[in-house]
Amino acid sequence: MSAPLSQEQKIVHFLNRTSFGPTPGNVQRAARIGIRAYLDEQLEPGRIADQLAEEKVAGLKTMRFDSRELIELYPPPRVQRQLATSQAEMAMQSMEGPRVVILELQQAKLLRALYSNRQLYEVMVDFWSNHFNIYAAKGANRWLTTSYDRDTIRPRALGKFKDLLEATAKSPAMLFYLDNWLSAGPDSPGAQMAGPNNRRRGLNENYARELMELHTLGIDGGYTQKDVQEVARCFTGWTIVQPRGQGVFHFAQRIHDNGEKNVLGRRIPRGGGMDDGLRVIEILAEHPSTAQFIAAKLVRRFVADEPPPGMVNKAAEAFLRSGGDIPTVLRAIVDTPEFFARENFQAKIKNPLEFVTSALRVTGSEAQVTHQLLRYLGRMGAPLFLAQAPTGYPDIASSWISADMLLTRMNFASDLVANRLPETNVAAETLKDRDGLIRRIAPDSLSPATQAALAQADGNQAIALLLAAPEFQRR
Amino acid sequence: MNASRRVFLRSAGLGFFALGLPPAYLVRAAQAQSAKSKSLVVVFQRGAMDGLNVVIPFKDPAYYKLRPSIAVREPGAGEESAIDLDGFYGLHPALAPLKSIYDKNQLAFIHAAGSPDNTRSHFDAQDYMEIGTPGIRSTPDGWLNRYLLETRQSESNFRGVAVTAQLPRMLAGRAPALTLTSIDEFRFRNEALGDTLKKLYADTQDKELRFGAANLFGAMAELKRLDAKIPVSSERYPAGRFGAGLAQIARLIKADVGLEVAFTEIGGWDTHANQGGATGQLANRLRELAAGLAAFHRDLGDRMDDVTLLTLSEFGRTARENGNRGTDHGHANVIFAMGGGVRGGKVYGRWPGLSAEALYEGRDLALTTDFRTVCSEALVRRLGQKDVARVFPGFRPAGHLGIFT
Repeated sequence: MSAPLSQEQKIVHFLNRTSFGPTPGNVQRAARIGIRAYLDEQLEPGRIADQLAEEKVAGLKTMRFDSRELIELYPPPRVQRQLATSQAEMAMQSMEGPRVVILELQQAKLLRALYSNRQLYEVMVDFWSNHFNIYAAKGANRWLTTSYDRDTIRPRALGKFKDLLEATAKSPAMLFYLDNWLSAGPDSPGAQMAGPNNRRRGLNENYARELMELHTLGIDGGYTQKDVQEVARCFTGWTIVQPRGQGVFHFAQRIHDNGEKNVLGRRIPRGGGMDDGLRVIEILAEHPSTAQFIAAKLVRRFVADEPPPGMVNKAAEAFLRSGGDIPTVLRAIVDTPEFFARENFQAKIKNPLEFVTSALRVTGSEAQVTHQLLRYLGRMGAPLFLAQAPTGYPDIASSWISADMLLTRMNFASDLVANRLPETNVAAETLKDRDGLIRRIAPDSLSPATQAALAQADGNQAIALLLAAPEFQRR
Repeated sequence: MNASRRVFLRSAGLGFFALGLPPAYLVRAAQAQSAKSKSLVVVFQRGAMDGLNVVIPFKDPAYYKLRPSIAVREPGAGEESAIDLDGFYGLHPALAPLKSIYDKNQLAFIHAAGSPDNTRSHFDAQDYMEIGTPGIRSTPDGWLNRYLLETRQSESNFRGVAVTAQLPRMLAGRAPALTLTSIDEFRFRNEALGDTLKKLYADTQDKELRFGAANLFGAMAELKRLDAKIPVSSERYPAGRFGAGLAQIARLIKADVGLEVAFTEIGGWDTHANQGGATGQLANRLRELAAGLAAFHRDLGDRMDDVTLLTLSEFGRTARENGNRGTDHGHANVIFAMGGGVRGGKVYGRWPGLSAEALYEGRDLALTTDFRTVCSEALVRRLGQKDVARVFPGFRPAGHLGIFT
């Protein structure tokens, strides 16, 4: 089993990890120009033409509006059901206006994952959206998430980590989701006057904690409860002008805690104003724990559930050396012999988004992104933009292969091939070319069990079987 | 061959066919399956419920000082006041549907309870509570799974069921455990394909997937056979996944499929800002919780004698309200125990007090009962677990609360 991967297997492995799945087109292209040239191209998405995806997304009108316009054009229905915020789907059903906004956001994401030529870029957009997760169904986030995706994450997904960190810190969606917009220095002038009932406002440590635990240092990154409070003080005043009005970032000096702070042993002198928060971002972005934490998470995404320590160290080194340059870190992971080691081949279980997109892509399906298609992602446990907890969705096998999820995947495979998904059609050539499909899924590596099952199946049943088989649950 | 024997033969593997006769203990197990099994239901409240505003220590003088804008008024102080439980504690008014269960002595609360680890990370604390080893992250399985490994009431495919899409860590491990979000949709839409896949997944060398699928196919066959016998409840559960999940658990219990431990969850407790008092954000969560638990209790009726339900939440929240009329991550919390075998109508646990000196790390309700004490008692008294050290390694209960009959 330790034989090196064949060229054909290398290409499928590479595409499985750096895209939402092989298609007849990208397999051919990678074979023609070579994996390294293909990676170079993918790391400069601005130079890849992407008309098809752009045209499909252009049909979604909410994607163009800023937050204020979205709130005006898609107001909440007058009566909100009390229970709505508890569950994503219910929130969606009970809110006509903003429901459309979230729906189109989900559609755009799925369309780009399916049709964009900038696949690695879309993979990284997905990675960072999940890393800096927000819950789109929470209150004002129903209108703020469109801008978060378009203006905060997408422009920086292949840029510098620090820019991304700063942009998320300032984003109204994150400020709202983790409550920082309300946080005030208890002794600041604004805190004395602000707030209904003349009550004093004060510190909220929600964002500060997740910033260190989830966005940068990691839980073992070496911070204390005291650091959480100090960081929270630094970010007082980072707020939103009317979350359900203008919905833009604003630094409010009058609720900022002006005193001296001490973060991770570094003194931040009094009177820094907004610079306090910027200084924290600098400290965290440059911290070795952050490099290690981000590197491990990327290696887990691109290589294996248990990130090989050697690869993590190399990626962390690249992170520190390049000042958190994301393409440099990706190259340090993907463009290495270890990446193509046999034990990494098919080592990752696909998450629901990866499973659905790869099934549609590998079969060359023409798909409209309908409610039903999106609902399938929900039933598989990962509705888009609707992970409630700040951790986002997990990235390890055991999270995605419960009995219920496996059954849903198997039913999806059979619905897809039988053309029972509304407005979705599998390419006729795919149905006729079983061997071609196998070469895109598991070239020369179908297990004896799957081969035996295939021998018993014919026509469309064989195609559905391939998509429901163990090999296709992995990437 | 009768149905329960078929079940046992399938799960016991083919080895015994060769011998002609199954060993006696397996015959007993298969027969036991048709009898009523005892069940433990765990409701996980993800996000950290603010226990101090749920079972309210209205006689603690510090309570109202610490919470000037979110405190719930003491019993008798008008419409939106707490419901008196015992002269010291009061129930949040949104939990009114649970009062009659408390009065029937089928509901108890354990206050100042939770995980002894001092983490204030949701994710670490949830993990610790699910794997059952606070402070030790490397434990590979959940404590409900270890129960399934150690104590076996039957060979059913439904011994451990989560009505969530993801298998929670609490149920993950070497013993098979099922996830089942909808009994009615738990079937193949293409049966011929299903039959082929059943064989394929049984034969595959892919261990992770073979394990996940084994339970799927076993349970599906069993459900198909029972189809007509799983009555749909006419009880009204609250809309949403939590209510639907509890309704499903009740259906499985009533259908006698051999359910021993069940897991469901309810989110939305992370009330850092504007959590409200008698009404508002937290009250809305409690209303859904109470509606669900009350419906479950009514739905099961006399079957509640065989059922024990526990609520768990990763930690409590700061004793003092924060600057946004909310509460931040804290320490001890309150646990609910409901069922026919609960010595209810009582609030258990030593009250540590809310004075400045009594607070944990100067800010949180201190812990006087480890959640594992409560869970151990439930497993021993209600499910017949003998050696809790196998379920909670390294844990020795400090005392016995006597919550269960």
